[in-house]
Amino acid sequence: MTDTTLMDRVTRFIDTLQQSQALGLTVTDAAHNHLVLCLPYSKQIIGNPETGVIHGGAITTLMDTASGSVMICALPEFELCPTLDLRVDYMRAAEPHKPVYARAEAYRVTRNIIFTRCEAYQEPGKAVAQCVGTFMRIGKEATPKSYRDLITGDAHDNG
Amino acid sequence: MTTAEVLRYTQETGDFSRMLNDIPYATFIGLECERFGDDLIFRLPRKASNIGNPILPAIHGGVIGGFMELSAAIYLMMSQEVLRMPLIVDFSLDYLRAGLDRETFAECRLTRQGNRVANVMITAWQKSRNEPIATARAHFLLED
Repeated sequence: MTDTTLMDRVTRFIDTLQQSQALGLTVTDAAHNHLVLCLPYSKQIIGNPETGVIHGGAITTLMDTASGSVMICALPEFELCPTLDLRVDYMRAAEPHKPVYARAEAYRVTRNIIFTRCEAYQEPGKAVAQCVGTFMRIGKEATPKSYRDLITGDAHDNG
Repeated sequence: MTTAEVLRYTQETGDFSRMLNDIPYATFIGLECERFGDDLIFRLPRKASNIGNPILPAIHGGVIGGFMELSAAIYLMMSQEVLRMPLIVDFSLDYLRAGLDRETFAECRLTRQGNRVANVMITAWQKSRNEPIATARAHFLLED
């Protein structure tokens, strides 16, 4: 799959997640087993009113979304994989008024489990947070075909 | 009102509305809190914008995480009289069941309080407390 195809698929996928829409998540970069999402700064996700720093929960959601969507870039076919666990380390507070990016990869894919890692940053090389996760493979058949076609962009071809 | 005053007001009255109004992220996901004696129960009512799985539909795993993280921070502020938002260091979250599109609850337990670091356990459930949808563990730094 080309990087453009991957980017289109991930974009269509996160556009179906209402919470990602509410946060304004966008796809910055997609390639084989590589995905970067962007969380724009907004007042509605501030966790500390005194400093204007966004809440860790928004960063957790950004990293969960990036880690869960990198499957689209790592697997031959679209599969929805539920999260088994996430471990998030917060290294520094995100600076207000700047977007946060999350770069994810699946570093091990097995028949049943996918192991991911993800880094959230504002400036390259200065991590705001880091996350490792495990996701369960429940098979592509667990996801309705109509939804899979919507993500792969085949919805119209198949009538 | 300063943060310290809001905290004192909340501790005295058990009315969390002012505190939660001051935290935009709490409003964003719709977090609520109620005190029963010394116990705090956190509540996340159904909210369309919290959905992260359109097929089931289910709440976004990140929102469940954010809900539990913020619950733990508020719980810590209330029980330890920390006069500011504690800093989260790390957060480890196990998803046990799908968080369906319905009301979710959480409760916290202070596992260990050191001089600088606190360890908090969080449990989230929906229909029954005996069937948690997620459990989590967080470390918070209480000073800079």
